Amino acid sequence: MDNDTKSRGSARRQFLADTARMACGVGLLGLGLGLYARHATALPPAAIRPPGALPESEFAGACIRCGMCVRDCPYDILHLAKPEEPMSTGTPYFVARQAPCEMCEDIPCVKACPTGALDHALTDINKSRMGLAVLVDQETCLNFLGLRCDICYRVCPVIDKAITLEPQNNARTGKHTLFIPVVHSDACTGCGKCEKACPTEIAAIKVFPLYMAKGQLSAHYRLGWVEKEKAGGSLVAPDVEHQYNLPEGMKYEHGKGLSVSPSGDGAPGAAPGLPKALQGDRL
Amino acid sequence: MSATPARPGSEAIAEKGWLAAHKWLILRRVSQVGILLLFLVGPWFKLWIVKGNLNYSYTLDFLPLADPYLLLQSLLAGQAPERLALIGVAIVLALYLLVGGRSYCAWVCPVNLVTDAANWLRARLGLKGGAHLSRATRYWVLGMTLLAAALAGTLVWEMVNPVSMLHRGLFFGLGFAWAVILAVFLFDLFVMRHGWCGHLCPVGAFYSLIGKLALTRIKLPRRDACNDCMDCFAVCPEQQVIRPALKGIDGAPPVILDANCTNCGRCIDVCSKQVFVIGSRFGK
Repeated sequence: MDNDTKSRGSARRQFLADTARMACGVGLLGLGLGLYARHATALPPAAIRPPGALPESEFAGACIRCGMCVRDCPYDILHLAKPEEPMSTGTPYFVARQAPCEMCEDIPCVKACPTGALDHALTDINKSRMGLAVLVDQETCLNFLGLRCDICYRVCPVIDKAITLEPQNNARTGKHTLFIPVVHSDACTGCGKCEKACPTEIAAIKVFPLYMAKGQLSAHYRLGWVEKEKAGGSLVAPDVEHQYNLPEGMKYEHGKGLSVSPSGDGAPGAAPGLPKALQGDRL
Repeated sequence: MSATPARPGSEAIAEKGWLAAHKWLILRRVSQVGILLLFLVGPWFKLWIVKGNLNYSYTLDFLPLADPYLLLQSLLAGQAPERLALIGVAIVLALYLLVGGRSYCAWVCPVNLVTDAANWLRARLGLKGGAHLSRATRYWVLGMTLLAAALAGTLVWEMVNPVSMLHRGLFFGLGFAWAVILAVFLFDLFVMRHGWCGHLCPVGAFYSLIGKLALTRIKLPRRDACNDCMDCFAVCPEQQVIRPALKGIDGAPPVILDANCTNCGRCIDVCSKQVFVIGSRFGK
């Protein structure tokens, strides 16, 4: 009886020790994994997610790493991340400089996704926001140097909307025009065709994940001219019209200078624009 | 009896012939390799019978199959699957309820080929002993992975899961996953017998939960004929499951009801007395 109780007691101690050991070991493993997972929450700058991908924080929980999008991409541009790559293992991405998204109209990669990782509500590829093109290097961009390269502008699937060429004076020559490629985030899908096509050794225009490429104004900022248009008129009190103290019959207009008021009774044949006192032969 | 102990199963080979004494092992290898080949003919020959991997696959543009363990993690991370994945989960759950939860481990999982190789080599090299861990550790790991998914909002376990890493790697590029697989192999070889599949793997632990209710079971209709040769214990990857059913502990029926029996059928192969058969949990 006594022995029995003793052995039961030691069995209980053994059980508790085993349990504590397992809990601690597994807890440590979990801690390590959790820290590792935190490191992989931000996408590296060269990796672009397929169209319709959820924001990165949600994507890693929704993507089940099955590779269906990779299989159904007709251009084979997608890869699954390998364990040594700095993003969630097994999640899909493409590298624009190697092979950009061809922007299929039927978006087969999204259709193939068995979860919501690639948002099935995306049916118009032009509305996808895989990333955002940024002209990162004005020192090597050929258009900035004064050439008419224009390649990024020409290859853009959303031509004249996502990239426009804005004329600027070429201060170096003093007589030529620079055609500056300007990316517009309201139209750029982040497909990466511009980066792929950029003819310089290292692309001057690159596609980055949105979180890297897109700035954001503080919430309290208001653009005066936008607000004015919305309100249908100025929101501040109108300026008081400036009063000029001029001789009778004269008026002053900004940009034009002094002039004789049309209601004035200047002598016939008098040169316009001269005060009465200066007219005639009195001088 | 000879001076050196005979290899487990030698009696069965003498009794039934080599083929009959390896029937289930051969069938199992055919299944494991066959499934890998089905996935491989796609990338190799552009013959797309199956797309995807064990996490989710789509066969002949008709049959979706999805891993319920993974979808559960995704759900806990706050993400809902689409319709095909849900159908896939239902099919997989139904399938393993039918054939036995951990049949996944013995008949499908590619890591089993690795750990079986480690175990075979371990026996060949006569390696004994090693670290001790409770077999219940895997349930702690399982709980940890689910908790981690819920807390982090991401599939934390998928970042290191050797099962999906190996399977996905074979069709999409292995990268450094080979190092993880080698680690599992060496762990099973030198550190702990049946260490990975039998003690740690949360995927197997999850499928064992399905296995609690599964239909297909190893039965022991002739358990009275057992001559205590211990061959079944020697080959069984989950030795603890045999004894209650074989010895009728606490009036246990002659059927292995333990959730961790993988239905690998190796005990059927190596038993010269034909104690074991495969059958359903119901009836005699």
